[in-house]
Amino acid sequence: MSTETYPDDLRYNPEHDWARIEGGEAALGITWFAQDQLGELVHYEPPEEGASVKTGESYGEVESVKAVSDLIAPLSGEVIAVNQKVVDEPETVNDDPYGEGWLIRIRLTDPSEADSLLDVAAYRNVLAE
Amino acid sequence: MQTLQRTPLHARHVAAGARMVPFAGWEMPVQYHGVIPEHRAVRADCGVFDVSHMGQVEVEGPRAHEFLQSLLANDLDRIGPGGAQYTLLTNEHGGIVDDLIAYKRDESRYLLIVNAGNKAAAVRWLEEREIPGSDVRDVSDDYALLAVQGPRTSERLGLPEAAAFTFADADIDGIACMVARTGYTGESGVELMTMAEEAEALWDRVVERSAEPCGLGARDTLRLEVCYPLHGNDITSETDPISAGLGWVCALDKEFTGVDVLRRVKERGPEHRLVAFVMLDRAIPRQGMAIVEPPGKVTSGTMSPMLDRGIGMGYVPSEHAAPDSEITIDVRDRKRVAQIVKKPIYVAPRSEER
Repeated sequence: MSTETYPDDLRYNPEHDWARIEGGEAALGITWFAQDQLGELVHYEPPEEGASVKTGESYGEVESVKAVSDLIAPLSGEVIAVNQKVVDEPETVNDDPYGEGWLIRIRLTDPSEADSLLDVAAYRNVLAE
Repeated sequence: MQTLQRTPLHARHVAAGARMVPFAGWEMPVQYHGVIPEHRAVRADCGVFDVSHMGQVEVEGPRAHEFLQSLLANDLDRIGPGGAQYTLLTNEHGGIVDDLIAYKRDESRYLLIVNAGNKAAAVRWLEEREIPGSDVRDVSDDYALLAVQGPRTSERLGLPEAAAFTFADADIDGIACMVARTGYTGESGVELMTMAEEAEALWDRVVERSAEPCGLGARDTLRLEVCYPLHGNDITSETDPISAGLGWVCALDKEFTGVDVLRRVKERGPEHRLVAFVMLDRAIPRQGMAIVEPPGKVTSGTMSPMLDRGIGMGYVPSEHAAPDSEITIDVRDRKRVAQIVKKPIYVAPRSEER
């Protein structure tokens, strides 16, 4: 199990999803808080490569033994990669939520959407509420 | 807004870092360190659950035996003093008011341990039918109940081996308790009933003896792997025991509430049967999901920590209930295939094979 961290190079949404924006692409995942709330993940239902994801909408699901959680896209785009390691070993997300436990990569349709996401300070405020 | 009840062990759970959740009107630990490690601790060694939310009902008096024989589906003549029996409280339609364990001290003194969520209904059911010479008393608040489960339970607690479904008064490190060889995990183990004021001391002694604290999350995955039904999910006041595969609990040769209906169901054969299944596709079935082919419904579902696959139980038409048949489940708008298997889904290896 990982320790609680929120990297300051990521952007967040209030639904506990993160985005690592790199040029016109982004990797998406869930935060330490989200995986801790769920407990050990046992299933990842990813979107298909080539599918479009839209900001604020579900692009997949993760499940623990007791709970199912929708993955809410923080940014819109086209899915260019699915992390097969997490499909095969969902607990990877618990071990390394911001690294090996990334969920999908997307090609951004509107990079300016990033401006409305939370920075780490704002996300920590969401957690403190 | 409903105030949740707390067991005498509430402070222990919070101190141990348990995640507390509402369950049947109680604030209960769902997990301490994780459902999966807790589940594995019970399968491999020994775990302890606080099940003090369950109800204890004493039925005593010269006609206690006669009274319970007329209301409970199983036959109390099959056990003697110091024996316990899994049984059902049935209604006039053959539905299940509650499933419970009856502990026979002697023919005039019984203890019933009933589900937390059904306690009020079960007590009301019994009281409304009370007869002179048999007294029903809800003594739930007086007692705490710990389930200590797993193949090394007796060794950990320093108890002698004893047959399943027996009980005796004993003490554990100086704390008086009723030690029953019963449980809800498919493993050998005990349930310890002690006075509420002794609960914390007993919990501490059991944990010191290396029982792993386990929450309701693991309790549910453990019972589902071995296909023990959960009242409210797999069996209800609308479902009958024959369809649920609990015919072995129903002594159809004696008279009890609803027996005529059950005899008819047995004779004609049930229209639906409660089957166990293992997912062939990668997906986790959940309670309430539709079985689309053949038409039916999932009544319990989870990820099996031992099989690392989705497992569940559900009702399907009897003609499609044979083991190895495939069924299709609607998992949030995706069709996922499972295979019906013989119960139990998981069989514990014999002790020498562990």
